[in-house]
Amino acid sequence: MTFWNDPINFIANWLTGLLTGWGVPDLWATIIEYALGITALIVFAMVLDILLVWVERKVVARFQDRLGPNRIGPFGLIQPFADIIKLVIKEDITPANADKVVYNIAPVLAATSVISLWAILPLSSRIFGVDMNVALLYLVAAGALGTLAIIMAGWSSNNKYALIGAFRMVANMVSYEIPMVIILLIPTILADTMSVQGITQAQSGIWFAILSPLGFIIFFISAIAELGRSPFDLIEAESELTAGFNVEYSGMKFGWFFASELLHAFTFGGFMAVLFFGGYGGFFGLEKVAGFGWLTNPFVESAVFLAKAMFGYWAIMWVKYSMPRVRIDHMLAFNWKFLVPLSLALLVTTAILHKLLIVLPTWQYAVGMFASNVVIITGTIEILRAHGRKQRKAEEKLSPQPVKN
Amino acid sequence: MYSEWLYIGVFIIIGIIVPVVPLVFSALVAPKKSNPSKQSTYECGIETVGESWVQFKAQYYIFALVFLVFDVETVFLFPWALSLNRMPMFVALEGVLFIGILVAGLVYAWRKGMLEWV
Amino acid sequence: MTAEQILFLLTGALILGSALMVVATRKLLHAALWLVAALFGVAILYAILQASFLAVVQVVVYIGAIAILFIFAVMLTRREMRDQGQQTRTNWWIAALLGLLILAGLVFLILAVPGADRLPAALPEGLDTVRALGNALVSPEAYVLPFEVASVLLLAALVGAVYIASVGKKD
Repeated sequence: MTFWNDPINFIANWLTGLLTGWGVPDLWATIIEYALGITALIVFAMVLDILLVWVERKVVARFQDRLGPNRIGPFGLIQPFADIIKLVIKEDITPANADKVVYNIAPVLAATSVISLWAILPLSSRIFGVDMNVALLYLVAAGALGTLAIIMAGWSSNNKYALIGAFRMVANMVSYEIPMVIILLIPTILADTMSVQGITQAQSGIWFAILSPLGFIIFFISAIAELGRSPFDLIEAESELTAGFNVEYSGMKFGWFFASELLHAFTFGGFMAVLFFGGYGGFFGLEKVAGFGWLTNPFVESAVFLAKAMFGYWAIMWVKYSMPRVRIDHMLAFNWKFLVPLSLALLVTTAILHKLLIVLPTWQYAVGMFASNVVIITGTIEILRAHGRKQRKAEEKLSPQPVKN
Repeated sequence: MYSEWLYIGVFIIIGIIVPVVPLVFSALVAPKKSNPSKQSTYECGIETVGESWVQFKAQYYIFALVFLVFDVETVFLFPWALSLNRMPMFVALEGVLFIGILVAGLVYAWRKGMLEWV
Repeated sequence: MTAEQILFLLTGALILGSALMVVATRKLLHAALWLVAALFGVAILYAILQASFLAVVQVVVYIGAIAILFIFAVMLTRREMRDQGQQTRTNWWIAALLGLLILAGLVFLILAVPGADRLPAALPEGLDTVRALGNALVSPEAYVLPFEVASVLLLAALVGAVYIASVGKKD
């Protein structure tokens, strides 16, 4: 075992030797090692987060035919660091009527809920926090704490805009969580495990996005809703609620809401890669071919993972800067009358077909799963088309005859 | 070997410390020149009228109740999904029956017009 | 005392303290937030027992859904948001007595269980508790009937909620 093959275990073994040599008890040696590793991981996430500010601003500028930050440093790369210094030295204004304790806890909780997702993010087969057997539910649990943070922020500000933002957060939660959790069951069934490492390794032959493209689409939509990004950005909605739940926050407290939103989007890009695009692996068996063994090097795997996560993040941005905001009743109807029935139908089909086809050779299995998704998608589109035609007819009957000119 | 939860516990504690550090640093270096108009509620420059903690539509609550029922349901489905591969075919049908019973509830709520926004 | 016992006592203190604050605090919304703290403490207890599935489900269902619905319900009732009135009733001591009696009964029952005074044995290495739970839930020799009945119970809850809402709508 060398540093290049297994960096985490290499350092951990060295540290264990060092600490037990000093006479540190076993439990404390483990805790110190964990704390050092975790601090390194979180600092990495934070530096990445700072760079994401630059990526976000540069990409939105390109979408809107602008240049974006380009003054400080090459391509404006130093700009986010300047932003952070500005946020830290800004005066922190707390409204006189705010509920001070809850008001101050909320930004910390928002950041913690996103950071804690990195505990289960598999950067590589040998660089990861912890491989839990309930990782997918942990993902949902961390999201629940993020929801709570936004509701706390919205309520404690004692501001009408912020409170409406908090109410909309509840509507947002009830519109994405059920389809998302149902779709999380699909990789669980396909990989026969809930651990993210297991799901990644189950995709070394074929990506789950090929076995279940519809599952990926539904997960993508509900992930955007969980992130509260446009077209589901009702909780912020700057044109109607000024800034929604965080309207009263300033300085670094606002900074944490902003930073955790960006990191959350990137982390979800990472989870999309893990659940549907093979995570750090998924080279379709290429790594077993002679001469391509270097693909399983942990540093190469991490680079592949970060690239896939960045692509997912970019796709989320693409939707964000192209779509107008949905109305709240449309959002609820879209969820309960469309996404929930569709995801339940997909889950039932996947479970039964997976059970029936798993005995077949891999390619027949893959074709069968893909075909079932195509059938569901076509059927859904046909039902929607028929429904739309019916509604159009009903409206034509009601409206007066068009005037001929 | 210690439990994975020890790792998660340490992770969450450090995950709380990391956001607090810049806030403390900011409290030390940031200027503090507060006055009543700075501390007033922000409503784009207009004075707040009445109570800020306003009442809101009860309509959301129906969706929230339906949501709660489905949330509990999906939690039951995770152990089912994990046992699917090792068990015979009828296990998949048990799960389908479980989902079917709840879909009946969703259809009932839909028919009763509870999923309409009024 | 082992580290595990110290952790258990600290978590117990967190749960009891937060539960006390739920009934003692004046603001209803603070009560709901203290309830979240108490429920999170229970999740920590499950984590100490290595019941991973229960620990995450505790957070997903109790904090993610039920506690948020509580907060939501509190937000919907306008007048109660800042309650000024007397907080205790005159016959609070009956409630306290009943609470103590229930506690005594529970302690008695738990002590009657064989092995209740021993620490739980560590789980065997490599046991996947969620899979074991799943197998128990779906196998006909075990709990498949309660599994399906749970679905009917949830259906009843859903129909009940819809019915109450539709009665209120006609008024």
